[in-house]
Amino acid sequence: MALLEVKDLEVEFPLGRITLQAIRKVSFSLEKGERLGIVGESGAGKSVAAFSILNLLSRPGRISGGEILFEGDDISKFDDRQMRSIRGNRISMIFQDPMMTLNPVLTVATQMIECLKAHRKISKKEAWDISVSKLKEVMIPSPEERMESYPHELSGGMRQRVVIAMALLTDPEIIIADEPTTALDVTIQAEIMVLMLDLCKSNNVGLILITHDLAVVSQVTERIMVMYAGRVVEEGGTKEVITNPKHPYTRGLLKALPQENTAGSRLNQIRGTMPSLNALPKGCAFNPRCDFATKECHQVVPKLEGRDGHNTACIHLEKIPSFKSELGNQ
Amino acid sequence: MGKPHSEVSGAKIMTRIKSFLNSDFVYRFRKDKVAVVSLGIVLVLVLSAVLAPLISPFDPYDLKSIDIMDSEIPPVWDENDGDERFLLGTDPQGRDMLSTILYGMRISLMIGFFAVLLQGILGVTIGLLSGYLGGKIDAFFMRLADIQLSFSTLMVAIITLAIFQAAFGAELYSKLAIFMLILVIGIAEWPQYARTVRASVLAEKHKEYVDAARVIGMSPARIMFRHIFPNTLSPILVISTIQVANAIISEAALSFLGLGMPVNQPSLGSLISSGFEYIFSGSWWITVIPSFFLVLLILSINLLGDWLRDALNPKLYKD
Amino acid sequence: MQATLVMFVISLIGFSIQDNLGDPLRELVGQSVSEKERDALRDRMGLNDPFLVQYGRFLSNAVQGDLGNSYFFKKPALEVIARKFPATLELVIGATFIIIFSSVPLGIYSAIKPNSWLTRFILGISIVGISVPVFLTAIFSIYIFSVELGWMPSFGRGETTAPFGWDSGFFNGDGLLHLILPSLSLASIMMPLFIRLIRSEMMEILQMDYIRFAWAKGLYPKRIWFLHAFKNTLLPVITVGGVQVGTMLAYTILTESVFQWPGMGFLFLEAVNRVDTPLIIAYIIVVGLIFVVTNTVVDLLYTWVNPTVKLVGQKS
Repeated sequence: MALLEVKDLEVEFPLGRITLQAIRKVSFSLEKGERLGIVGESGAGKSVAAFSILNLLSRPGRISGGEILFEGDDISKFDDRQMRSIRGNRISMIFQDPMMTLNPVLTVATQMIECLKAHRKISKKEAWDISVSKLKEVMIPSPEERMESYPHELSGGMRQRVVIAMALLTDPEIIIADEPTTALDVTIQAEIMVLMLDLCKSNNVGLILITHDLAVVSQVTERIMVMYAGRVVEEGGTKEVITNPKHPYTRGLLKALPQENTAGSRLNQIRGTMPSLNALPKGCAFNPRCDFATKECHQVVPKLEGRDGHNTACIHLEKIPSFKSELGNQ
Repeated sequence: MGKPHSEVSGAKIMTRIKSFLNSDFVYRFRKDKVAVVSLGIVLVLVLSAVLAPLISPFDPYDLKSIDIMDSEIPPVWDENDGDERFLLGTDPQGRDMLSTILYGMRISLMIGFFAVLLQGILGVTIGLLSGYLGGKIDAFFMRLADIQLSFSTLMVAIITLAIFQAAFGAELYSKLAIFMLILVIGIAEWPQYARTVRASVLAEKHKEYVDAARVIGMSPARIMFRHIFPNTLSPILVISTIQVANAIISEAALSFLGLGMPVNQPSLGSLISSGFEYIFSGSWWITVIPSFFLVLLILSINLLGDWLRDALNPKLYKD
Repeated sequence: MQATLVMFVISLIGFSIQDNLGDPLRELVGQSVSEKERDALRDRMGLNDPFLVQYGRFLSNAVQGDLGNSYFFKKPALEVIARKFPATLELVIGATFIIIFSSVPLGIYSAIKPNSWLTRFILGISIVGISVPVFLTAIFSIYIFSVELGWMPSFGRGETTAPFGWDSGFFNGDGLLHLILPSLSLASIMMPLFIRLIRSEMMEILQMDYIRFAWAKGLYPKRIWFLHAFKNTLLPVITVGGVQVGTMLAYTILTESVFQWPGMGFLFLEAVNRVDTPLIIAYIIVVGLIFVVTNTVVDLLYTWVNPTVKLVGQKS
């Protein structure tokens, strides 16, 4: 049994007269210590998927279908008290912008100790000691002094380290990281990413990494899931998907990466933009942007199918040339 | 809202009115019962105040029509002492309450309206100038606004009016009261407008249409009033509604303290003030009825203002 | 810096009132003295000195606490005001207590349960509260609770005792009973304002990422609402609160005049009616001082709650 298993998850946002379907029939699973990357453009529903695991959807979003099994229990049906014993204890989160994640009027110590005290019966002194040791783990210099700091006294990278330390405080089984480096300076991004990878490996923590950056995913995760307009379009082992992408959307994302091009040449962007959720095209949602789209694509919603754990939601798989030959043609 | 240009044909106005009536704004308004009722009450009250000289049964300023024998008659619905000539009873001087209230409301509304008009003119002008010109002028006015906002309007008004009353003597003061009230309430609250307008100007200033207007050689004044100002109308409308209510409350408070309208030319506030001792001797209507109208008026305006704020959702300047 | 400027302007106003309102000679010598004698007296008193000299003298006297004698009480004006000050202070403290202990819980409740019927009720009542002028609340509370029901005393301050060397109504039943209606009336106008302010600010804060993060940490809802969200809500509330102290002072004049509460506001109204110039000036200067002091206190409070503002190297 997988540690976490999401089955046919559906999330909707009722907005007055219309209801937006943000997530449609999304399924995935995570084994203990496994690292999964969820990739897609903004608006693809990857953050919504992540937040729905801990039932932290912002109003008026709600889970309208499916199951979220954590160690076999459907936590999407948990009440507030039960959910609280999971949040920040067994599953913790790292948010996108460390400038906004820490409460500006409370010290680091307050914000770390409260988390421990919410989940364990320990003294303040013990909580302090654990917090300091976690700050050491994330390589924060003079952690005792940093404990007394307010967030605004720390740099962006330092703050994200504090957030990571907080996520590790209770030795959770899973960490969900929502674009953890996007808001940071480019120079610090790699540093933080490597730190997270090392910590997950050494603590045997499962990681769900949400990002739009395929390069990051390829370095950190073992498996990858590509989302488009609320659906999974491709999933599989990271190496397999990166070297042999099948879905036209995944290919587009990969071709848009700078290192795939020689210096000075134009970046290959996917034409068009992601449709908004209230105006999705019929059939395969990617069809207006797809080079291979046919009439059929406007009628059928493709199923996610494949072999050896590499699944793709596209009806034209056999027509599309292999990725390598396509690159070679350019 | 303003006067249509003369060259605009009648048909054009009709289509404009039609499209306004079909708009989302009007639709949402009609669905909100509280807003509809509030607007109805405000319209009725304002209309009857404006038409007071035509519709009120007596002229409370005409001393000849007042008979002291008619004093303290309770309203008509009092079966024992009611007098059908006086629908809402009479006050201690024998004045008809209904007429006095209508005239009083006229004065209250007039002061509220002109004070807010003054605030608006001052505030909008300063706000436009500050936002458009920036630099030292902007810094100066905004600092002034800060300081002025840190004082309470009512406190400043009370002290200013008290000093003037002491300086002029009560008799001369009572003649000038209406202007003094408009002036003091009007000057005290301009920063509200100035800050909001300035914020909108800063937001609009760098948009393309303003650049375009500058490029074709429009004068800054014309750009400001013809192009930037219209974009600030919805926050101004919201502020104005609330400010009229506030101005009427301030006026009532000042008149209640004897620093506002005199007894022979009473506003709702001075009516309440002069009647409030009688509440203890049983002549409750002398205070209660004007109070009722005052609260009804302010409450309706406030409810309308609240609705407007929710509906237009403008970016109001916040402290 | 701003405080000094404000006090300077107020002293100028005070001085120009003194200069233009009422002739100090008349108060001293009456009408019977001849014109020549008056002129001599004028010279001796320095009333013919240049403006700046006179203003300097006024200022140096004022700094030493000498604002002249009240015409009516025949005592130093500041002393007269100081004697009335505790009564007003008590009223303000009473009202502040009511405002804080009602608007904070009600504001928080209506922010965290925006759709409940109780929230709608609170908001409905609060807009009515804003629309009823404070003097009407005062009049009708007297009418209902004192005249009709007879539960409360209708006016005055009641019995006062001075266990701490300060004549106060706080420490005995009668004094407290007298305090209830006036403080309630005074609070009634500010309460809705703060409820609405706390609600709108807190609703905005509750949308912040750090609140969502606090939920993700599995904290107790109470801790999130009352510590994480409320401490941030406090910042704008403190700022507005500072401004409202001034407004409250203005409302004390209204409340005191309805309840015949023997405080500074009531005294001021009497002074205006009697054209007791030194007393008017003294009141204005005391009010100015209160403004300056409260603004300073608000700045300190703000710094204390908000760690991102440091007192060292303060602006302005």
